[in-house]
Order: sequence, then C-alpha cells, then structure tokens
Amino acid sequence: MFDFYFELPLWLRLVLQGTAVILVLFPLAAACSMAERKVSAWIQGRPGPNRTIAPFLTWIPGIQIFQKLGLFQLAADGGKFTFKEDPIPGHVNKFYFVLAPIASMIPALTTVAFVPFGAYFTQLADGTIQALPIALTNLDVGLLAVFALGSLGVYSLILAGWASNSKYPFLGGVRASAQLISYELSMTLSVLPVFLWVNAPGMPGTLSLFDVVQTQSQPGFWGGMWYVFLMPVSAFIFLVALFAETNRQPFDMPESEADLVGGFHTEYGAFKWSLFFVAEYAHMIVGSGIFCLLFLGGWNPLPWVPLQTVTDLIGITGNPLLSGLLAITLFLGKVGFFIFFFMWVRWTLPRFRYDQVMKLGWQKLLPLSIANLIVYALVIAWLETR
Amino acid sequence: MSDVLFHLFAIFTVACALGVVFNKNAVASALCLLLSLVGVAGLFVLLDAFLLAVLLVLVYAGAVVALFLFIIMLLDMQGGDRKKFTKATIFSSTLAGGLLVTGLVSFATRGQLETDPTVPVVGNTLRAYAEQLFTVYLLPVQIVGFLLLIAMLGVIVLSKKFEGLDDIK
Repeated sequence: MFDFYFELPLWLRLVLQGTAVILVLFPLAAACSMAERKVSAWIQGRPGPNRTIAPFLTWIPGIQIFQKLGLFQLAADGGKFTFKEDPIPGHVNKFYFVLAPIASMIPALTTVAFVPFGAYFTQLADGTIQALPIALTNLDVGLLAVFALGSLGVYSLILAGWASNSKYPFLGGVRASAQLISYELSMTLSVLPVFLWVNAPGMPGTLSLFDVVQTQSQPGFWGGMWYVFLMPVSAFIFLVALFAETNRQPFDMPESEADLVGGFHTEYGAFKWSLFFVAEYAHMIVGSGIFCLLFLGGWNPLPWVPLQTVTDLIGITGNPLLSGLLAITLFLGKVGFFIFFFMWVRWTLPRFRYDQVMKLGWQKLLPLSIANLIVYALVIAWLETR
Repeated sequence: MSDVLFHLFAIFTVACALGVVFNKNAVASALCLLLSLVGVAGLFVLLDAFLLAVLLVLVYAGAVVALFLFIIMLLDMQGGDRKKFTKATIFSSTLAGGLLVTGLVSFATRGQLETDPTVPVVGNTLRAYAEQLFTVYLLPVQIVGFLLLIAMLGVIVLSKKFEGLDDIK
C-alpha cells in the first residue's frame, strides 16, 4: 500500500517527514495558546473565550460546542496576528530586530527532530518481536543534542531585548541569559543518574532517548519501573529547571509583565510577537516530551505495564501501523497532561523575584543536583559490585 | 556530497570568524562567534564526531557565548575607537602573519596527511570516548580539572570585596 513512498529518494522522504512533524507541532503550539486561555479561565472561575464564530457556519447543528471551546477564537487570533499591521519602531536595530523572532523558531522546531514520539513493533524473520522508534532521527547522543539545540533558544530573547534598544526589553534580555546559565547546569546534572542507571557496565554507552524508554519497558519489578519512582529528586530538579528554561511562570523573568511591561517582547507586535509565543509553546511541548521519555516511561501506558502487554492484549502487536498509532496517542496524552500541568502551575504560583530565582538556582538546585548525582553514583556502584 | 558540505561549512566558519574580528559592535561579534562555533560543529559532524559536535554546541555555543553576551550587555560595552598602530604591533603582526603564511604554504605544498585505514578510530562513540578519557588521557583531564579549580578560586577571591578583617571568615 505504501510502496510508492519507499521508492522516493531518501532526501525527499526526510524532507517530507520533517515537514509532517512541523505541520503537527506548529498548530499544536498555537492551540496551546488557546488552551492556556481556557485553562486560566477555568482556574479563575470564568468562561473564557466562548463567543467567536464565523457567521457562515452558525447553521450547522451542534457547532456551539466548538464555539464554547473557543476553537474559532483560535482561528480569529491566527488571522489577526497574520494580517495586523506590523510596525517596526524607529529606534530599534532593524536587522537584529527582525532576525530575533525568526531565530526563535529555529531551535524550537529543530529539537523535535531528536525526540522519539512513539514505537512500533515488527516481527522479524525468526519470529521475535522487535520495537523500533518512531522519530525523525534516533541518535546515540539524542538527549545531548536536544539540550544543545534547546540552549540556543535563549539567543532570540537576548537578541530581541538588545535590538529593541530600550530599557525594559534590555533588562529582559539580560535576565534571560543569566537565567539560562543558572539552570542549565542543574538540568544537565539531574539527568545523569538516569543514564548511570541505563548504561550498565558492559553495555555500549548510549544517551539515546529511545533506549531510556526501552529500559523502562522491561518485565519485572525493576524493569518496568518508571524513573520518576526510582529517582524522584532527579525528576523534581529536572521539572523545575524545565520551567526555568522555558521561561514559564513562576520563572518568566525575561517577560515579567508586572515590572518589565512585556520584557524582551515589549517592542514587538503582530506576527513577530506571535512567533515568540509559538516558540515558547513549542519548547514546552518538546520539554514535556523529554520529561515523559526520561521519567514517565514514554509511551508505556502505566508503570509496570509496558506497551507490548497492551498490544498483545488487543492483538495488534504484529501490526506496525496500529501499534505505532497507539504509542503516539499514549505519548501525546502524557505530553498534553504536562502542558496542562505547566498552565496549572502558572495560574497557581506567584512569580518569583529575580534574586529568588538566582538563589534557588545556584544555592538550592545546583547543590541538590550534585548531591543527588553522587548518591546515585555510589548506590549504583555498590549494586554493581554485589 | 560531503566534500561540498565540507567546503560550505569551512567557508561559513572562516567568514563568521572574520566577522568576529571585523565587527565594530561587540554584540554582533559575539553572534558571529556563535555562528562560527556552529560551523565548526558542522565540520565535526562531517568527521562522524557527533559527540564532539554536540558538546561544542552545548558548552560553547549554548553557555559560553550566552555568558559573553550577558557580560557585554551588563557592562554596556561600546566598540569605541580603534587604537592606532604602534611600531611594536606592526612588527609583531607582520611577523605572525608571515609565519602563518609560511606554515600554510609549506603545508599545502609538502604536507602529507597519513591516511592509514588500519589506525582505529577512537572517540566516535560515547563509550570509546569515555574510555580514552579515563585511561590514556587521565593525566591531562586531571590537570585541566585542577586548572579550572584554581581559576574558580581566583574568581571567588577577586569578586569578593575584602574590606576589613571581619570579611575573612
């Protein structure tokens, strides 16, 4: 059925796959902005956007559900951002001012290339079932590549703050760079115990995210355990650092409307501003995905219940298409929950002061992550020698 | 294909490196440095040294240049006027340039790179890389770590203001 696809040249297939992933990620990130408005409204006990509808669609029965969900508001917002006048203030450095929103999209959309978002099963010739990743690339250094590209995302903020050539955006840009450096260390250190556990002696070393999920899908008590139970401190540090790296409240120092007007994007409007917005949500989606892969068993439905148990139960293990779709659905469900969690925290906790952010990063999280790493290294070394 | 890519990345890297030197604006220079580092990472990828490429982007492009930008913006550095050449700088730069050209010419005309396929490639996988670090190159790693520790202590001493005996505790 799909033979014609595999006859295409490799580069064309890669381009098509990449485009397909971006075509899913970009609207998903845009839809997150609407979800944010609905979730914030729900938490604050108000209806949120629920009235927008295209007049020529009102005759369709039952469409009021989508109207109440604010789906048409999303389309209207998209149209507004695209067609609104986009003035460039006279005092900015024009080249870098235009470059910043474009630069924000590059790391946001390239990190997803290294994130596996599902697995499918194929039956080999000798009858064994093999799990294969559904991802654009499955690199041996997958996680490091995500970190490396994700850390480039801060340059768009710095650039926007600097190119705007006015006080508030500038402060936002400076804060963004300081915050990134402060939390990058704890984030990297917090995932090291996971890879110490995954890379048992005698195995070829790997930082592949797919292999991390595979080690959480083994049979038995230790094999099926999600790492959030095994390493709760790591998971907590990673989550806090993730909030800081994606500039979400309570860590949105570069933006912080209360004291910096709009922070780095004060001078931006219309389509350029919406690009920053979409990039932030894309970072959130990818970050949540990484968290699910590392600590929440990726596409395994429940702890100690690997995906293959479920596919065996409904009898679709031999079917790559159905098992793959099920894996992607489970994974996206977890990611969706984490997007909700991000919003939940945003509308629950007040914003930190800047000195609190720095103090938390350097004096609390960093020593904690180092201690966590040492403890796990010692315990794993002790377990290996037994 | 990989030859074309090599030339593209090489030209890109050198052009950005020149941009670092010739830009009058310190922020633009730092961004050129960033692009230059990305170009070098691309060259590493062409050599199948994925780990090195990723680490270069993670550490240098991701953190170090962000720190540079932070410092540049915090101190609000303006490029300022260029200093005039003195006799010493003219002499030393001519000497250094001459040495560089001589080296490049002699390398291009007489240099030979050994392409011995029997030499094992180490360091292209994570495990091999770590093994080399902890066995063959253990002493350099220790020395570099010690140097970094000294630098860190130096920064702490320099950045802390000692005004009276009460501060030393």
